Amino acid sequence: MATLFEMAKVLRSKNSGPFELTLDVLFDSHEKFQKVRDSGKLTVQTICNLYNISEKEVRHIVFFEPALGVKITILRDVSSGSVGDRDVYGAQQHAPLMNVIIE
Amino acid sequence: MEREIKILSPCGMLGYGFPASSFLNGIKEQPHGIVVDAGSTDAGPHKLGAGVSIVSRRATKKDLEIILTNGVPRKIPIIIGSAGGAGARQHVEWTIEIIEEILKENNLNVKMAVIWADISRDSVIKANLQGKVNPLSPNIKPLTKRIIEETNGIVAQMGHEPILEALEQGADIIVCGRAYDPSPFAAIGIFHKKDPGLSYHLGKILECGALCAEPGTTKDSILGIIKDDSFTVKSLNPIRTCTQISVAAHTFYEKEHPFILHGPGFTLDLSECEFKELGEGEVQVSNSKYIPNEKYLIKLEGAREVAYRTFVMAGIRDPILLENLEEIEERVEAQVREYYQEIPSEDYHINFYNYGMNAVLGSKETEIFSGHEVGVLLEVIGKNQELANSICSTARSTFLHFGHEKRKSTAGNLAFPFAPSDIEFGPVYEFSVYHLMEIDDNPFDIEYR
Repeated sequence: MATLFEMAKVLRSKNSGPFELTLDVLFDSHEKFQKVRDSGKLTVQTICNLYNISEKEVRHIVFFEPALGVKITILRDVSSGSVGDRDVYGAQQHAPLMNVIIE
Repeated sequence: MEREIKILSPCGMLGYGFPASSFLNGIKEQPHGIVVDAGSTDAGPHKLGAGVSIVSRRATKKDLEIILTNGVPRKIPIIIGSAGGAGARQHVEWTIEIIEEILKENNLNVKMAVIWADISRDSVIKANLQGKVNPLSPNIKPLTKRIIEETNGIVAQMGHEPILEALEQGADIIVCGRAYDPSPFAAIGIFHKKDPGLSYHLGKILECGALCAEPGTTKDSILGIIKDDSFTVKSLNPIRTCTQISVAAHTFYEKEHPFILHGPGFTLDLSECEFKELGEGEVQVSNSKYIPNEKYLIKLEGAREVAYRTFVMAGIRDPILLENLEEIEERVEAQVREYYQEIPSEDYHINFYNYGMNAVLGSKETEIFSGHEVGVLLEVIGKNQELANSICSTARSTFLHFGHEKRKSTAGNLAFPFAPSDIEFGPVYEFSVYHLMEIDDNPFDIEYR
């Protein structure tokens, strides 16, 4: 059994502008990249469940082979730095994604 | 032989600092430009709303001193993007004042170009009425006249065009208001007739300093070299190196899409890019495509004041209190609201952030709490500062002495690290404008000094 966190070289979150949050998962080999891509475990539904959001709040899930990575962009509940925001840079919102079991 | 154009990026944010040795290694390469990004929306709406910076004047001067005293005598153009943190008038003026101080102290004379990025409220109101202003994502409210009028200092992200014009006019130092982060870098390549796709893609990488290297950091220098059909990047510090993966991965950074980037007036398509290691820590990138858009859209940014905040930070170590913490916090709030019955309930909000438990993720936290200590951030948001202060004071004392069941530590519930415990934060802002506006003419004025 391997989690996404164990397979990734980089697993991070960050603002993409003040209204969106982007999650990057990068791998250090083609093999791992393909395994995750082909596992079918990273879907819009997975993200909705992990982040408690609806399908239309998921902007993209895009696998990009040249960078051996996948990018997931979602809408923020509260814009960066305004009342109720908990993470101005969005830099610690990756934790829910870590425990997705890939294989 | 093809002509190589070299761009030195000292660090990812002016005022973050960088090793002088890395920067001087870059100077030895005889760069055609020194370009540094000084702004971002990352740190929230406060900078734009309040007209302040998030780096200190001291650190900004320290960084600029080494850049100016090395660049100016060698006649290397120096470009500062998004000056002062958010690139509005106050931010640009703050930066110019520091630059002038350094020039005077070092007896340097320059031709300085200042490119303003402020957009008048009237022109936004007018464009909005014509349907030329639209939100960037579905969670952004459409603009109204009222929102625009309540917004402090609207800026727009400039493209390379006004910066290119300043370079053509022979400016030694170009201080830009808000710019699309890669634009000041791209302007150097485009000025030297290099491909705009390569110039912008390189700019996207260089604007973060050495973050594209391994180990990555925004606090170190990096060099970009544009050729005819490709560009390369290399670290200027022997402790870092660029690899195919580190550079390709950086293309991902803080963008919503991995290979389609939207800039002022264009789209950058990186889907066909090739990343290749040349050895000795140098990585070559090719096939970055610049596609001009039919309509020229600029990104507007603006912030408005929405409330006032007062907060208090305290530690909790008592196991009985920790066991029932969230429930007790609800009861503390209820008691405060009962005490202040005469104040309309919507005039203030009381929020508890339980650090150690779920403060970072809130309702998205799935781990079960099993710790022995929690840091509580008690935040009060009020419609004015006096109200926030008063509610915070009452909430703090209510929480401190709250007599919950089974309690053994009857002398007090909270460990305050400081006296006084309550911190008056001041106004809280929000990004009220984050929209695309269609323009016909370049709205960025250039001033030469």
